Amino acid sequence: MKARIVVGAHYGLRDWLAQRVTAVVMLVYTLVIMAAIMGGAVSSHAAWRGFMAHGLIRILTFLFILSLSYHAWIGIRDIWMDYIKPTGIRITMHVLTLLALIGCAGWAIQIIWRL
Amino acid sequence: MKTSRNMLFKIYRYDPDKDAKPYMQEISIEIESTDRKLLDAMVKLKAKDDSISFRRSCREGVCGSDALNINGKNGLACLTDMVSFPDGKPIVLRPLPGLPVIRDLIVDMTQFFKQYHSIKPYLVNNDPLPERERLQSPEDREELNGLYECILCACCSTACPSFWWNPDKFVGPAGLLAAYRFIADTRDQATNERLDNLEDPYRLFRCHSIMNCVDVCPKGLNPTKAIGKIKDMMVSRAV
Repeated sequence: MKARIVVGAHYGLRDWLAQRVTAVVMLVYTLVIMAAIMGGAVSSHAAWRGFMAHGLIRILTFLFILSLSYHAWIGIRDIWMDYIKPTGIRITMHVLTLLALIGCAGWAIQIIWRL
Repeated sequence: MKTSRNMLFKIYRYDPDKDAKPYMQEISIEIESTDRKLLDAMVKLKAKDDSISFRRSCREGVCGSDALNINGKNGLACLTDMVSFPDGKPIVLRPLPGLPVIRDLIVDMTQFFKQYHSIKPYLVNNDPLPERERLQSPEDREELNGLYECILCACCSTACPSFWWNPDKFVGPAGLLAAYRFIADTRDQATNERLDNLEDPYRLFRCHSIMNCVDVCPKGLNPTKAIGKIKDMMVSRAV
């Protein structure tokens, strides 16, 4: 049987848009953190703890972690899509990537909320 | 002014009937000031060694036959000035990267044209044919500038890593430029179907806007911009 190429998954736009939006969130967070460091707000360990425990920063950090995870998921999935051709291995890599990212995100959120 | 100079060429040679694997042939010829373009030099090369194979036709950048990888960058031999090559450095000619080689500098473009055909490169309009042509306002026609000029030489698509990895699934810059040419056409009535046809993680979204296509296009076109406009249209229809 001749192998036919099947395309037309009818998704991709949402991921492409999400990659842009999450990039903006991460940029904003990076600027906030850089401003805090430049402004001398986090000169000691205690200051860092106080800064990170601040309500607004907690929310921003939470959004940053979610954005980073989603952004990384799309990026790494794109790499698997380019280089891993057999469907079975690819789906395994997708699942492992998802599990690793969700695990890391959960751990990071625990760390922020423990502060 | 020096009227002639001796130039060394390194040419990719591969004849699947004779050669076990490809090799680079070194051959030097005298280039006169009348040999203005690389294609002129290649015709001379072929006169010296008539087993060298390449495609050519119009010799003026319209047919898109003589696309090659010239010193590592895709381009048309007939539009590349000989004076742009410095003295003493060999000119390295290879076939377009990423496509199967038929012989020497001739590649099999089947995959490239399959992708081009997949975007339905023709006007879809179900209205009854008007008495004369279907009219457009000058502003609407303006939108097609920079899109319709593509000569399908494949310089762009074969410079695109996404096309190298997925030539069977990713439409490629040339195909997507043509797709936008019909999406942007106010006389076309299949805009939604065209966008549906492209909404796929492979067909359109393998493009990561690295702009290799823009860098090599011998006609100075901008597929990345056209792809961006397709994405914009998808966003505005989805949100």
